[in-house]
Amino acid sequence: MASGGVEEATKLKLYSYWRSSCAHRVRIAMNLKGLHYEYKAVNLLKGEQFSTEFLKLNPIGYVPVLVDEDIVVSDSFAILMYLEEKYPQQPLLPRDLQRRAINYQAANIVSSSIQPLQNQNVLKYIAEKVNPDENLVWVRYHIGKGFEALEKLLKDYAGKYATGDEVYLADLFLAPQLCASIKSFSLDMTPYPLLSRLNEAYNEHPAFQAAMPEKQPDTPVEVRG
Amino acid sequence: MVVPVLNIHLFIHPLRTAALLPSDHRQYQKTVVMSSAESPRQESSMPPPASKIVLYSFWQSSCSWRVRFALNLKGLPYEYKSVNLAKGEQFSPEFEKLNPLHLIPVLVDGDVVVSDSLAILMYLEEKYPQNALLPADQRLKALNIQAASVVNSSIQPLHMLSILKLIEEKIGPAERLSWAQYNIEKGFDALEKLLKDSAAKYATGEELYMADVFLAPQIAVATGRFDIDMSKFPTLSKIFESCKALPEFQASLPERQPDAINLLRSRFLEHIYE
Repeated sequence: MASGGVEEATKLKLYSYWRSSCAHRVRIAMNLKGLHYEYKAVNLLKGEQFSTEFLKLNPIGYVPVLVDEDIVVSDSFAILMYLEEKYPQQPLLPRDLQRRAINYQAANIVSSSIQPLQNQNVLKYIAEKVNPDENLVWVRYHIGKGFEALEKLLKDYAGKYATGDEVYLADLFLAPQLCASIKSFSLDMTPYPLLSRLNEAYNEHPAFQAAMPEKQPDTPVEVRG
Repeated sequence: MVVPVLNIHLFIHPLRTAALLPSDHRQYQKTVVMSSAESPRQESSMPPPASKIVLYSFWQSSCSWRVRFALNLKGLPYEYKSVNLAKGEQFSPEFEKLNPLHLIPVLVDGDVVVSDSLAILMYLEEKYPQNALLPADQRLKALNIQAASVVNSSIQPLHMLSILKLIEEKIGPAERLSWAQYNIEKGFDALEKLLKDSAAKYATGEELYMADVFLAPQIAVATGRFDIDMSKFPTLSKIFESCKALPEFQASLPERQPDAINLLRSRFLEHIYE
């Protein structure tokens, strides 16, 4: 669904990095909603997020950034809320207020309790101040705590997906986090049976498959496999 | 968690004493909420909800603070139930039923139970649309959510007590403050850049929205607990001054919550009887 050949393909642009779990969330949403977009790669390792051009779009220098004609939206949660309002097909939130709240809560466990504690800046800090081996200990500890919380939160709500039988916001945050935890940090998933089952479900869903880090235009050749 | 002695100075300032010792603290809170003379909103309030909203909160929690501020802004009366994190009350069987994650704030509204400040604010926004916390304009709405995310994801989680304890264990006690300050200043730098073109009286213009609800408690904590020098952040400083002037913000201050006032009372009495 990225870089389609039709006219509307260039209407939406997504600035993304293949490995960014925040960008990953948005890629899933775009695919779910059937939105064609132009993939604009921003190489975070080369510091391309600090280019003058990119900083004009997002002065903070983070990906993802969505450009929809003259509207520019940064931050994965803000982008998802924007997409939900502008392109309501395949809704990302259920109607029921309690279930909506569970989705916001699950999304926030990932985006506040897990992901910020494993980003590059934090890991660099821990590696320097403690030692590089501590990184894996630190990351696994925080992911573990977050996953434990998610297992408890979702156990009364999960169906085929996190909060029922349809894909919703929680799934968009969970899938990238699970992907990173398993592939980058080799987390032992045995204590998390519900999340393990959800991960299997995501791996079989086309919208999720197409959004995977290893399938993006900027994925390095050696990772693409 | 031991209540830091540092915060005692908030209680002994003479000008605050009168405000801290009304006989019915909840009544004081409700009275302030209902008065909208200086409210930043022009719209009239809708009738209150049929059953009373209950908020489980701790006076020192900045996440609870956001929700208290938002409830006041929307003119929603609520019952304050304190959960003393210092005494581990978040692990009581009763609270565990409400939130098995043992986190506050938790909002109970009839049959609905919502945890997590962002989830609560989105719930309130959808259920009680009066005094909207998100503007209709798509750009401004997105900007508000982005600013809230910076606070919610990039700043506050990194200076939570549990993280500071970890830093202290792994690196040393001296590192706690420099770690917290580094991350707060990084986040505030980002927010200055993000908001400099949109900010006026408030973060995204002349009206208060969700960004301000996240920013004001964060700035208060940054200055009160972590000695951040706000002169480096003029846009944020201005936003903070605007929020501080609001009765809705004043009523949400940590030191004005029932559990803070009870703590003050009991320490005062201990002191008298020493």
